[in-house]
Amino acid sequence: MTARMDKRFADLKAEGRPALVTYFMGGDPDFETSMKIMQALPKAGADVIELGMPFSDPMADGPAIQLAGQRALKAGQNLAKTIDMARRFRETDQDTPIVLMGYYNPIYIYGVERFIEDALKAGIDGLIVVDLPAEMDDELCIPAVARGLNFIRLTTPTTDNKRLPRVLQNSSGFVYYVSMNGITGSALPDPSLIAGAVARIKGHTELPICVGFGVKTAEHARLIGASADGVVVGTAIVNQIALSLTKDGQATQDTVPSVETLVRGLSTGVRAARLAAAE
Amino acid sequence: MNETPKLNSFRAGPDEDGRFGIYGGRFVAETLMPLILDLEAEFNKAKTDPEFQAELAHLGTHYIGRPSPLYFAERLTAELGGAKIYFKRDELNHTGSHKINNCIGQILLAKRMGKKRIIAETGAGQHGVASATVAARFGFPCVVYMGATDVERQAPNVFRMKLLGAEVKPVTAGHGTLKDAMNEALRDWVTNVDDTYYIIGTAAGPHPYPEIVREFQSVIGKEAKEQMMAAEGRLPDMLVAAVGGGSNAIGLFHPFLDDESVKIVGVEAGGKGLDGEEHCASLTAGSPGVLHGNRTYLLQDSDGQIKEGHSISAGLDYPGIGPEHSWLKDTGRVEYVPIMDNEALDAFQMLTRTEGIIPALEPSHALAEVIKRAPKMDKDQIILMNLCGRGDKDIFTVGKILGMGL
Repeated sequence: MTARMDKRFADLKAEGRPALVTYFMGGDPDFETSMKIMQALPKAGADVIELGMPFSDPMADGPAIQLAGQRALKAGQNLAKTIDMARRFRETDQDTPIVLMGYYNPIYIYGVERFIEDALKAGIDGLIVVDLPAEMDDELCIPAVARGLNFIRLTTPTTDNKRLPRVLQNSSGFVYYVSMNGITGSALPDPSLIAGAVARIKGHTELPICVGFGVKTAEHARLIGASADGVVVGTAIVNQIALSLTKDGQATQDTVPSVETLVRGLSTGVRAARLAAAE
Repeated sequence: MNETPKLNSFRAGPDEDGRFGIYGGRFVAETLMPLILDLEAEFNKAKTDPEFQAELAHLGTHYIGRPSPLYFAERLTAELGGAKIYFKRDELNHTGSHKINNCIGQILLAKRMGKKRIIAETGAGQHGVASATVAARFGFPCVVYMGATDVERQAPNVFRMKLLGAEVKPVTAGHGTLKDAMNEALRDWVTNVDDTYYIIGTAAGPHPYPEIVREFQSVIGKEAKEQMMAAEGRLPDMLVAAVGGGSNAIGLFHPFLDDESVKIVGVEAGGKGLDGEEHCASLTAGSPGVLHGNRTYLLQDSDGQIKEGHSISAGLDYPGIGPEHSWLKDTGRVEYVPIMDNEALDAFQMLTRTEGIIPALEPSHALAEVIKRAPKMDKDQIILMNLCGRGDKDIFTVGKILGMGL
């Protein structure tokens, strides 16, 4: 299973451009619409999909993703359904890596062994679990990696050189660099600081480095993509979904197309990134 | 922990990973990991630093007013006609509850770590007031996160915090109670990790917080043990304390955990009853899960989504519990029982009238359990209850329920 992720990043490297990694919340605003969004993402230029698992208490997320999680839960989303979205996606797309992203408690309650099994069966490639730092690797990371899932780790500006080896030890797939301290959806930091941070992490690992938090436009994607192996966009997509809904949170005919338009724009940003860097 | 071998001590935890059996741990975002490792190192140094301990003791005596009295509730004892009832009167502390014990300790840690800003979460507002108080005393700016529902039902404490110079930020997510306030405080901390110290008020959260809070609250149990020996020449037969997150309870219980003759009872908020959703009895009616940095008993659904609790007492209105309490429950060392809103209200009024003490609604839950148990015990037996907060803050809530206009 890891092969799909490694192949995707190797292909992009050969192509000479960074990956566009897109996050959205599974089940937001409802299961069927969310499924259509997922299927539309690769066509609009997404290279890797982060599929959010809603949680009632997302303590590292800003208001946009909190609300998306609440919409999804209200519409009846649960972990089994989120895994099922990946399974359905795989019926028509064998190549785009899927990373599940969320918090540990729903997985713990689902049962770690059962979760790993079902995730593999559904064609999921990796996991990002926000509240499982390296110190908690025995919980999920080690058993998941042993079965062939990637465990993608968040690194932050507070992860100094002394700590990086510990954080990277059991990680695979790619490294997700959170480009500022803070919750998701905050303002974009200085691109030169990001380039420095990417270089610092590259000193410790061969894995691709994807940078996220704060990317909203094609221009942001281009600037960050100049130094990173991938650009993660989350809050901007989730905000776009929210904007397209009716007052009481129902999907409209604009919901899926407006996300496609946004992602297509971002994708031109990552495709221009290395050209810009070479100039 | 299902098959518990005979333990040499119930006081040895947590282990180096911050675990009490399967409970506790450090389930936090990577951004916070370096910080809680720093905090752990600083705390370990401070524990054995005579200068730190001397400053803590000095402030305890001259600022908080420790030791708090051990009081024999003679009229209540006579009224119930059973065991002798003693109160550890932490409601007489500066700021009106046990919360100040922990805040003084943690602000000294913040100072040692060179932090510039204090944040805190609060439910009833007692911890918020205590945090705002120590922030004022040591000259730190302070932001207190408080659920919007709690802001409304604990108006006097909101005003006190503002007077003390703190900024009170109402949190509207969820039911607007303690859980939501803690989420928001954690978000602030993740965002301002460089200069900010988060004073967690209860014995929960990621390691080392449960241990830190216990350390600073254990002064309650240590004093009570000495005072009881002086008053009665022996240990009490039973300890009773209210548990929300569990800080006052662990403070009283911990020094007694290895005294086998002492029965220990923790009292949870049963709200409107355990049959429905409107309670906060995470130990009695919850199951183990992971929230706010630790594994512990939680109120949650079959998908691992956290439920909103309910209690008449804002301080007990939390769907989790400190991890050490979860472990003490599983090992059987402590018995945890629920008390309903109406039982707590009755106890509140009974104490007010028999002893002239207006208790907070939190210890009123403990008192309701004492009222149930004391009559069934012998007259030469002793119950020690932690009277951890005073009820001034609750008079509006109680007045409304009793239909008395204020």
